[in-house]
Amino acid sequence: MVIKMEFAVPCVIGLIIIFGLIKKVPVFDTFLKGAKSGLISVYSIAPTMIGLIVAVSMLRASGALDFFGSLIAPAAQKVGISPEIIPFALLRPVSGGGSTALFSNIINENGPDSFVGRVASVMAGSTETTLYAVTVYFGSVGIKKIRHTLWVGLFADFTAFVFAHLTVRLFM
Amino acid sequence: MLNYIWGFMILASIVASLLLGNTEALTNGTLQGAADGLQLLLTILPMMVLWTGMMEIAQAAGITEKIAKFFYPVLKRIFPDLKPGSPALECICLNLSANLLGIGNAATPFGLRAMDELRKLSPHSEVASNNMIMFVVMNTAAIQLLPTTIGMLRYNAGSTSPFDILPGIWVTSVIALVFAVVLAKALNKMQRKKVGKSPSA
Repeated sequence: MVIKMEFAVPCVIGLIIIFGLIKKVPVFDTFLKGAKSGLISVYSIAPTMIGLIVAVSMLRASGALDFFGSLIAPAAQKVGISPEIIPFALLRPVSGGGSTALFSNIINENGPDSFVGRVASVMAGSTETTLYAVTVYFGSVGIKKIRHTLWVGLFADFTAFVFAHLTVRLFM
Repeated sequence: MLNYIWGFMILASIVASLLLGNTEALTNGTLQGAADGLQLLLTILPMMVLWTGMMEIAQAAGITEKIAKFFYPVLKRIFPDLKPGSPALECICLNLSANLLGIGNAATPFGLRAMDELRKLSPHSEVASNNMIMFVVMNTAAIQLLPTTIGMLRYNAGSTSPFDILPGIWVTSVIALVFAVVLAKALNKMQRKKVGKSPSA
């Protein structure tokens, strides 16, 4: 199942090459030209990325994130939100790797088909690492004033958090 | 604003570690974070080089133009001032397709190209344009047809039906995306009015 899906990658590459050859594009030369711009992109986002990941890593290691989670857990429980999901919901917008690790923990400890496991699954599938997308995309083109982007992104994450609960309750 | 958020994250961590007695963990976490950042860059680098190279071929062969035409009816509502054949719109479409299909980290390279094209169209070099905001917001909401990673993790954790959460994921991500786009549109409009009133802003 999984292997079949991954096969999409070489297929997409194959299709691009076939189209390129049909249109008489010098495929390798063109590839090199584009690839060079990719290299420059990585170079330009590297400082942003390391700076951001250090800050997120500090926030986790210091216990600040867990502490904040324990503060809002009682209120969340009153409106029917499982306490297990809070740390994951807090980490999701700031750290891709960290939240994936937490997601694995949740589904392994509570079972992937439990309510909490399903809510976490829906959230993981319907949200992105917002802070990462915002910093990397704006950082790459040197934008300093991001206006309301981050708030809208976090609002989308919160919407997904609410609707993950609703859809799991309704559909499953 | 990112300056303040970044600064706050670091200072809050230091204060929290002192209060919670996690100073040693913080020291390790700080150094580990820098190493993790490099690790992530090394993971991204080959993907970036591969997909930007492929994209160049796709553009030269006219494939991106066809994909852009397919998405145009929807995208012209979200990005009304981008012209149908513009490179910015083509890159946005590629980013969108890569996100939808979930193909091997291709979305980020396409997205960075899209940002570069949007920057060329923007009059301010340091302020996010409305189109940039809209594009980044769309990328903070996940829109993936088949989230294979989640399916695989669920399968490994012993799920009897790893993909039965798909309807939930689709409904949730579409709603989150629509909410975000509508909110971004509204805020863009409000700010435009404000800018119109006071030319100094």
